[in-house]
Amino acid sequence: MASSPCPAGAGASPAVSITGADLRFGATCHFEGLDLVVEAGRTTCLLGPSGVGKSSLLRALAGLAPAGLSGRIAADDGRPLAGRVALMDRRDCLVPWASVLDNVMLGARLRGDAAEPERAAALLGRLGLHEALALRPAALSGGMRQRVALARTLYEARPVILMDEPFSALDAVTRYRLQGETAREIAGRTVLLVTHDPGEALRLGDRVLVLAGRPARLTEVAVPAGPLPRDPGAADVAAAESRLLAALAAEAA
Amino acid sequence: MKQIAAGIATLALLVLFWQVVVWLAAPPPFILPGPAAVARALMDQGGLLLRHGWLTLVEIVAGMAVGSLMGIGAGIGLGATRHLRHLLLPLVVASQAIPVFAVAPLLVLWLGFGLASKIAMASLIIFFPVTVAMADGITRLDPVLADQARVMTGGSARPGRRLRLIRHLYGPAALPALASGLRIAAAVAPIGAVVGEWVGAAGGLGWLMLQANARARIDLMFAALIVLAVMAVALYRLVDAGLRRAAPWAAPQSPIS
Repeated sequence: MASSPCPAGAGASPAVSITGADLRFGATCHFEGLDLVVEAGRTTCLLGPSGVGKSSLLRALAGLAPAGLSGRIAADDGRPLAGRVALMDRRDCLVPWASVLDNVMLGARLRGDAAEPERAAALLGRLGLHEALALRPAALSGGMRQRVALARTLYEARPVILMDEPFSALDAVTRYRLQGETAREIAGRTVLLVTHDPGEALRLGDRVLVLAGRPARLTEVAVPAGPLPRDPGAADVAAAESRLLAALAAEAA
Repeated sequence: MKQIAAGIATLALLVLFWQVVVWLAAPPPFILPGPAAVARALMDQGGLLLRHGWLTLVEIVAGMAVGSLMGIGAGIGLGATRHLRHLLLPLVVASQAIPVFAVAPLLVLWLGFGLASKIAMASLIIFFPVTVAMADGITRLDPVLADQARVMTGGSARPGRRLRLIRHLYGPAALPALASGLRIAAAVAPIGAVVGEWVGAAGGLGWLMLQANARARIDLMFAALIVLAVMAVALYRLVDAGLRRAAPWAAPQSPIS
């Protein structure tokens, strides 16, 4: 979209991949030899039951070297990923001592970059938070806090965005609205969104991958055509969701 | 208001108990003077108590300042870098394990009978709680936040990264823990100052108590003790209120009810 907060020079969004990924805890092998490709400029939703290793894959891509996981991480432009990734967690991770505005600019402060309050305020404004700039996180509702976390993620202006169940702690209505806003804001970036909610994956994903089984395998699910965010009430989306739910339930049995 | 009333009630009960003991046991005044005798000493010797109390207060406050700054610095060092931890930790533990009474004569020998040795003593006694609290606060940063910071600063080669992390993330996050350390410091700093005066001084409440004891002026000793207690409680309250104002997000919640 035209008002993309990604400034010139941030670079085009590369495809990122992890190949030959193994995840082991002691004698338990969650998966081995797994290849995950997150396509350039598109939103890939990674769906699967809790504890299957979705978050470990995401954290590996974030450069956090999660315990038990090994694999080769690369971007298709050959440059290292460090410094080109933004992470949004299921918890908002706002710092309680700083205002909403300062929370959004935390990354710039930690890197020693000049903070850009106008850009941060504009991002917050687009997410409906123009009146909350000076408030502390404790004064905000869960939905508002997660919006601030989204603004902070966007403020980082990174070509790759990793989201780990970003809406799982929200109530249904707030989640629905925030999904729509997020889809609008992250369009054009390389996004990996981990979720356990099939509806969310179908609403937000250009692609939907399912990680399930023991050891877990990745399978791609066909998604309905149409622009994001998809309307969960549309017949094809609803049908795809029930198919996906059935497949996941069968996998879990 | 309610709190103050409760405090006064507790105090009144304590004085009543004291008076009852004096009535029943009738000890000679050089063993245990009654509340009235001590009140008289407080009034009659007001100027003397104020003069020596002021000296002790200066020692306590200066000791608080020096010890807290050193403790915060050492705590950051302990919490932030492994090398400093290996270097500093034995020193920090030793600073607490060696009884202050054992080093007090040395400090007086080195720093003299004046303020410096008392300030050193008070700093020494609060160094440990402040250091440990600060280091604890730094190392206990929410791991999710630490991850977030690592992703945010990844690939950034600008120097001073660790300092910025401490200033904008680890330091503020450690404030609630540090506040606990400073509260303990406010409560124990008077011990350091008085021990210092006890060992060798030319003034201060500890010195005054020692003199009064030698002359069997137990009423004056009690009066000095009361002045010291009032100062200690006031200092604690002041530090507590200051911390609440400086870091409202870190203020203690109401107790389990």
